[in-house]
Amino acid sequence: MIYRVISVILFLLLAPLVGGLLDGIDRKISARMQGRIGPPLLQPFYDLKKLMAKQTIVVEKAQTFLLLSYCATQIFTGCMFFAGEDVLMCFFVLSTGATFLVFAGYITYSPYSSLGASRELIQIMSYEPAILLSCVGLYLATGTFNVSSIIQTPISLILVLPGFFFGYVFMLSIKMRKSPFDISTSHHPHQELVKGITTEMGAKNLAFYTITEWYENVFLLGVVALFIVNKNPWSYLAAVIVVLGICFLETLIDNVSARVKWHVMLKVSWIVTILACGINLMILMLINRG
Amino acid sequence: MAKVKRSPWLLHYDGSSCNGCDIEVLACLTPVYDVERFGVVNTGDPLQADILLITGGINTQNQSVVKQLYEQMPRPKVVVAVGVCACTGGVFKDCYNILGGADTTIPVDIYVPGCAARPQAIIDGVVKAVALFQKRADEYSAKKERKN
Repeated sequence: MIYRVISVILFLLLAPLVGGLLDGIDRKISARMQGRIGPPLLQPFYDLKKLMAKQTIVVEKAQTFLLLSYCATQIFTGCMFFAGEDVLMCFFVLSTGATFLVFAGYITYSPYSSLGASRELIQIMSYEPAILLSCVGLYLATGTFNVSSIIQTPISLILVLPGFFFGYVFMLSIKMRKSPFDISTSHHPHQELVKGITTEMGAKNLAFYTITEWYENVFLLGVVALFIVNKNPWSYLAAVIVVLGICFLETLIDNVSARVKWHVMLKVSWIVTILACGINLMILMLINRG
Repeated sequence: MAKVKRSPWLLHYDGSSCNGCDIEVLACLTPVYDVERFGVVNTGDPLQADILLITGGINTQNQSVVKQLYEQMPRPKVVVAVGVCACTGGVFKDCYNILGGADTTIPVDIYVPGCAARPQAIIDGVVKAVALFQKRADEYSAKKERKN
């Protein structure tokens, strides 16, 4: 019990730092890939500090409430995960939280923001099947949804669930808003929708959104680690290395690809879900029966 | 320079510019000049911008747009007029449709001359704007604290 409490407290305190640092590293590596020097490593924190100090102009007061709900649910998801609770429940809460963001986009009536919110819904539709199937895969491989039991597995789950791992990592680039799937809002300054779903978020609201994103990313990368971790304590080191590798891969893909249209994203992500996760699922079920 | 730590986000608006200055502004973002070193991000959203970069003069049609963009930006904010047209109206000054430089419509803080303004001059102007932004941000937070 005490370990769970410590783990949750560590998540609450460290996740924004880790998320912000990963963001800073991402920006630095992107710049180096483009032949630029790039911003300082701690730039995301400077950005956050500035956003907190600026005058808050809100188009619609309910937006702040919706964003705070989004923030709270995403943090709650992470807490549940790091407390070793049900991984399926974590993703249900995560999806519920994502709808708050969609409402926050719709509520301002700005055409850019509304269109961004519609696209966010399509993104949810694209990644959700693969993510839910990954939970099913974790269950079939270990016989439990509980994170605290899953990490006690004798061998790393990536060996049993390579298809699910691939599918999950693929969906990660949609979830982390990386090119070619950054259609609802982009980390790159200019896009066809101004800033998409975040267009009408300024100052504090944008700061809340950014912090939430950092918490969310740490949770999502935690699930990546879940595929690597096993009984052996050294596997935690391997998990950290794999997570950093995945982050680098996302940055690389972000820099070498152009944004796709929404229907391409939907098709590609569902094909990956059916092929990678589906075939892995069938093999697992056959083995389990035998 | 090393002390410039805040993150100035730019909003670039093209008034009635010939696009010369606009290309130079975009050149600042390329690997050769790379203004992102100073944390500068070229955003398209006035609600998230700190520095308004105007190129080209003000004419009767874009006056209301410039005014609106300026009003949509949250305080503290800084305005930089890039190029001689944005400073005074330039060669178009006496045209029937041109009202003059950006300062005919909104308060301009930094003037970057040139036709077209060189990237070095633009970066110099932006760095000055960042210093001014930092000063205003400090004043703004002090004012907010006093209110509380």
